[in-house]
Amino acid sequence: MAQMTMIQAITDALRTELKNDENVLVFGEDVGQNGGVFRATEGLQAEFGEERVFDTPLAESAIAGISIGLATQGYRPVPEIQFFGFVYEAMDAINGQMARMRYRTGNTMNAPITIRAPFGGGVHTPELHADSLEGLIAQQPGMKVVIPSNPYDAKGLLISSIRDNDPVVYLEHMKLYRSFREEVPEEEYTVELGKANVKREGTDVTIIAYGAMVQASMKAAEELEKNGVEAEVIDLRTVMPLDMDTIIKSVEKTNRVVVVQEAQRQAGMASHITTEIQERAILHLEAPILRVAAPDTVYAFTQAEEVWLPNYNDIVEKVNKVINF
Amino acid sequence: MKRTLENVENEFETFQILNEDGEVVNEDAMPELSDDELKELMTRMVYTRILDQRSIALNRQGRLGFYAPTAGQEASQLGTQYALEQEDFILPAYRDVPQLIWHGLPLYQAFLFSRGHYHGNQMPEGVNALSPQIIIGAQYTQAAGVAMGMKKRGKKSVAITYTGDGGTSQGDFYEGMNFAGAYKAPAIFVVQNNRFAISVPVEKQTAAKTLAQKAVSAGIEGIQVDGMDILAVYAATKDARDRAVNGEGPTLIETLTYRYGAHTMAGDDPTRYRTDELTSEWEKKDPIVRFRKFLENKGLWSEEQENEVTEKAKEEIKAAIKKADQQPKQKVTDLISNMYETLPAHLEEQMEEYKAKESK
Repeated sequence: MAQMTMIQAITDALRTELKNDENVLVFGEDVGQNGGVFRATEGLQAEFGEERVFDTPLAESAIAGISIGLATQGYRPVPEIQFFGFVYEAMDAINGQMARMRYRTGNTMNAPITIRAPFGGGVHTPELHADSLEGLIAQQPGMKVVIPSNPYDAKGLLISSIRDNDPVVYLEHMKLYRSFREEVPEEEYTVELGKANVKREGTDVTIIAYGAMVQASMKAAEELEKNGVEAEVIDLRTVMPLDMDTIIKSVEKTNRVVVVQEAQRQAGMASHITTEIQERAILHLEAPILRVAAPDTVYAFTQAEEVWLPNYNDIVEKVNKVINF
Repeated sequence: MKRTLENVENEFETFQILNEDGEVVNEDAMPELSDDELKELMTRMVYTRILDQRSIALNRQGRLGFYAPTAGQEASQLGTQYALEQEDFILPAYRDVPQLIWHGLPLYQAFLFSRGHYHGNQMPEGVNALSPQIIIGAQYTQAAGVAMGMKKRGKKSVAITYTGDGGTSQGDFYEGMNFAGAYKAPAIFVVQNNRFAISVPVEKQTAAKTLAQKAVSAGIEGIQVDGMDILAVYAATKDARDRAVNGEGPTLIETLTYRYGAHTMAGDDPTRYRTDELTSEWEKKDPIVRFRKFLENKGLWSEEQENEVTEKAKEEIKAAIKKADQQPKQKVTDLISNMYETLPAHLEEQMEEYKAKESK
């Protein structure tokens, strides 16, 4: 075991898979010699060579497009999009092309591609770096969307994503990159895609979260405990497909739900989760399902992040509303 | 101040071997093709012309769906494909079904593609190709990736992809060529310039005098070819292939061609935007007429041979349509099972739901 930050756990997962499978290719803007703008690919080109880990011209659409072409030659591409706000440039290649590869070829070809991309607020980035756009990809049949919230999950989920034979968008929250260390096994292990994790058991309310909102939810749960409210916190880990079994089991126990996301209310995953719960467990609900989300504006100007981004206070407030309904 | 535009444009003269009368005007560039190979080229062009006529008729009868006419482009489509080897990978656009057929896609599957059946997109083992791309430009970036992969694998093969004149305005067109150039990948990028993107003439796509010169922006070789001359198209593609497999990188080939028919059979009426004079002017350049004259002069082609090809085409088309008719209808459960290797829970649920419906 070693103490690792999330970014170290990600590098470790990439190293593990580059070693395991010679078809794994890591590429993107500045991921080679430079080791990535966040050091996620640090040392990988030196260890595995330029044929395996390489820089690309600055063009997201082609980065995603060549991934599809490389997949036809038996490769397992792990491209990086420098910031997920730049995904608009690659939307056709992702949602229009790789998501449909298996389907459109009648299951004769596939796209075992893992797109890594940083996102997320709270670190004062310039425009279109921090936007939460997971909802756009999660709405596309054929895609999977993974969002780890801690170093242990980050490694296990990334290894699973790379080994998956269908395309995965793997989103890395920038605020979580180096915010804390955690014990991470040095050997290889996987965390199954599509499986949520009950981070904290509770009996009074279920808080469903992902990404940086998991930590905020854990902090909120501690605050709530002081007032005698026992919150169960579920970290989704994969936002598409959803682990409805874990969610419904929890809802049947607590009978109250708050869904928490950093994305705007009209975006993200919260609405979809809410609908799924009401279809499957309405008779178990003592109160409406409430959502914690950002306001429906364009992502905040840097100096407004603090007042704009959802935080643990917002979660405490919503939970109290649900409890006192 | 030195202006360079004119100099650049002068670099892209049209490459031609056969003129409109079927005479060889560029003996030095004559590709090495045996008599049988020359006859095969003619056979394929005649067959494909019949296929186009029958496809339009079958579409009008409602026995085919989406169809983009190909008449006029036989030299451009078949000349490029004929220069390929079986291990080469084709990334076609929606009009490029003939190349797939001659690369090995059974005719009845091409008809299923037209109708909208997933079996039409299931390339048989050993047919290296994707099904026709509907998003104009997407095939270009993907081709760069296929070519990169071939180079990494040490294969002596190429990726070839096609777009039209309108497609050269897309971002992916430039990105694909530029990536292939930067990695010196064995790709052949073909632009079939038939002068119109639906109703928009090529002059409204760009101020550039040729489309071939767009290769300059990627730092790769570019060549403009008489796309109604199958020998020139073949020779240019063969040369591009040789250079690619020798590690010399990609080439952009512009073929000057024309489609006699509509853009697609989905209600396009070319008389709204094109004059009959223009069309008949291009009909004089017809690739089949020109090549027929060339072969007849060599004593390699007769009316009898042409009729044989025509009859064979008609028979095979009839049989293929019949076989397409016999293909089992698609079920929602088929579509679901083609989504992922392992179905996620939500699709498992939907699978059960539709299984129940389908068993009623």
